[in-house]
Parts: sequence; C-alpha cells; structure tokens
Amino acid sequence: MKYLDEYRDPALAHRILDKIAEACGERSELAAIMEVCGTHTMSIARAGLRSLLGENLRLLSGPGCPVCVTPNDYLDRAIAIARQRDAIIATFGDMMKVPGSSSSLYQERGNGARIEMVYSPLDALKIAEQNPLNKVIFLGVGFETTAPTVAATLAKARADGVKNFFVLCGHKIVPPALFALVNDPELKLDGFLCPGHVSAIIGSRPYEFIARDYGLPCVIAGFEPLDILQGIWMILRQIIEKRGASVEIQYSRAVAAEGNPKAAAFMEKVFEPVDSIWRGLGKIPASGLAIKEEFGDWDAARVIQADVGETREPAGCICGMILRGVRLPMDCPLFRKTCTPENPVGACMVSSEGTCAAYYKYGNG
Amino acid sequence: MCLAVPMKIVELKDMEAIVELGGVRRSVSLTLLTEDTLQVGDYVIVHAGFAIQKLDDDDARERLILLKEMLELA
Ligand code: SF4
Repeated sequence: MKYLDEYRDPALAHRILDKIAEACGERSELAAIMEVCGTHTMSIARAGLRSLLGENLRLLSGPGCPVCVTPNDYLDRAIAIARQRDAIIATFGDMMKVPGSSSSLYQERGNGARIEMVYSPLDALKIAEQNPLNKVIFLGVGFETTAPTVAATLAKARADGVKNFFVLCGHKIVPPALFALVNDPELKLDGFLCPGHVSAIIGSRPYEFIARDYGLPCVIAGFEPLDILQGIWMILRQIIEKRGASVEIQYSRAVAAEGNPKAAAFMEKVFEPVDSIWRGLGKIPASGLAIKEEFGDWDAARVIQADVGETREPAGCICGMILRGVRLPMDCPLFRKTCTPENPVGACMVSSEGTCAAYYKYGNG
Repeated sequence: MCLAVPMKIVELKDMEAIVELGGVRRSVSLTLLTEDTLQVGDYVIVHAGFAIQKLDDDDARERLILLKEMLELA
C-alpha cells in the first residue's frame, strides 16, 4: 500500500538502527527521548523498536493519548448526561471502557443509556438529525488532529440549524503540555519526537520554543517504523553534532512548516484557549479548548445541566506518572494483575494509544 | 485517537471525496482542505471522517532517496 509499505522495509530499518547504535556509541551518557504521541507509542511497541534500540537510548512515552489525559470529572459529566432520559451520547470508541469515578459509558449502556460509537463527529450530527426529539451529545476529546473536525462539524450544525446537537468539549492542545514537561525537574530529556498528525495541523513553529529556550532537539515524525527510526536518528545527530537544537520535520510528506491553515482557522473560529487539567500533569495554562460564546447554543457544558457527584481517580493507578514519563507500566503493581484491557483500572490501559495498553499487548517493546 | 491513514481519492464531488485504502472505500469531508488543489489519484490523510492534509508525492519520493543517500554517507 502506497505511503505505508515503503516505510516498513526491514532492511532499511536495520541500517538506520546501525546508525543509531553508532551515534549512541559516540556518547557516554544515555539519551532519553520522549515520544509525545500515543500513536507513536503504539507503533514503537508493535514494531518492537524499544528493545532493538539498545541500552544507550531510552524512549519515554509522553502525555499524547487524549483519552488518558482526560481527567475523570469530564467522564463523570458525560456519564451523568448519559443518564438523562432524552440524551444520546455519541463518542469515539476509545472512551467507552474508561473507568470514571463510579461507572463507565460501557456500563451505562448496559444499564439502558443510549450511547452510540461513531467514527466521525459528522456521524454524531447525523444521529441528531435523525432523532429530533433527543439531545445528541458528542464527546469532543482529542488534540489538534481531532479538534478541527469537531469545529467543522459545529460550524455545519449551526449552518444547517441543527438545534439538538451538542459538544461536550474536552479538547486539549499539545504545545502547552510540552512546556509543562520541559519545566518538570523530575524529567530529564534530551529530545522530543513530536506528533505527526497534530503537526499536520499546527505545523512546526509551535515547537520552536523548546529548541530555542531549552536547547532540546525536536523532530516531527511519521508513524511507520522507518519514520520513527529516522526521526530518532535525526534527534541523535542534532545532539552529537552540537550545531544547536532545532525543529526538523521528518514527516514532510504530510507536515508543512505552516501546518494546515484552513483547519487551524476552523479551530480558531469555534474554540478559544482555556486552562485545562491533564491527568498526571495537573492544571496547565491555556492548554485546553472551550467553545466560544458564539457557538454557545451547541455547548453541552453551558446548555445541559448535569449532576456530577464527587470525582475520584482510581486507587493504586499510576497512570499520571506514566503520562509524565517518570514511571513505566511495569512499575505499577496492578499492571497485568488486576489491570488488563478487559478489566482496566486506569485510562492508560483502555485507550488504543495508552502506554499500559501498548506494553500489555506487545510486551515491553 | 490521532490515528489517521493515507487514503487515495477515487472520486471527487463538491466538498466530499470517496477515498480508498486496501479495497475499503469511504466517504470523507474535504471541508478542512483547499479543495481546488485536489485531484482523483491524490492521497490524503484521513482522520475522523475528514481529510486533514494532502500528501506530497514528490516530497515522499525525494525523502526516501535522500534517506538512502544519508545511510550511505553518514
Ligand atoms: S497498569 Fe492500569 S492501574 Fe497501573 S498505571 Fe496502567 S492503567 Fe493505571
């Protein structure tokens, strides 16, 4: 398949691995690189790259799994709304099994709530049009990759005059979280493998402060094994050649320096930045998106009252520290024992991009 | 959730396209792209029912050649 197979060539992968080993050999210290994005985490685990990279290079998973960083009070609110009689919740499948404080959407569906899994926010809008007597609430979770699709759907709902469609907005944006990470004294990083599809929207400029102010190389990489390996090699070369850190684009077949201005404009039209709480990272200034007043009639947070009980995070789960890159799933006493994809204790075990799920499915990588 | 895949445009109509990957076809919105730059046969990155970026074919080809060259030289 075009754009996929040629980036999975094992012979080429091994040659890059040799180069990486060579580059690592030139340094005495271990290099720690964070792969920010959950889709990278999954690809790395699937291809078994972590073990192939050898001992001088550590790949740390970051907070780039939207479902994982969504705090429980969002989910509790979604569940409280799901219990209302006229409500239909429409959501990406990943949210279904995430344990909230006392229940999950999956459990609520078993108890009779109407919860539909959708592939696109446009499907949710269609459900609203087909069910005019119900309120259809789409769970807007995701980073800059997803937020424009939801913004475009909201713009369409307004243009088409669909009044029973709402978005419970939990969108977050990546650069402020990276700002929080580079200021985390517990975390010692040598570079970032930046997310490919977030960057397809925002471009390379929002990462420049990391290279400029913190001296850390950033490479925006694609998701196939060769993309990731080349991205890592590019970071190492920046470190070794000491030519000053910069933001490079490995995934240039899909990422332009200016991103996708039309998609970014949709986001700007519909959303505005707000402070937002990330599981593991806490409250980060201007790291979330809220629906602008202009679109307030479609904002579930404004229009739909919900009685959200007390929010609790799951006992014993160290998801938060894993999302900050300071612990690994194996450090969690519940990993593989009480916590499995069938019976997840925390969000990191549920999402298809969660670090615990990746380590569970593919081993330690 | 940022999972997005390269799919080939097989049909174009207004703000929508039929795209294909490995025999699977689906309809996607082109609202987020500048649609007059798109042609049947182009590849786009598809996410949540939208094409979010067009793939640059020349760039992809050049980059692979460049990568192979870098591996020879470095
Ligand atoms: S293994 Fe389960 S309980 Fe432990 S950190 Fe991961 S999600 Fe949380």
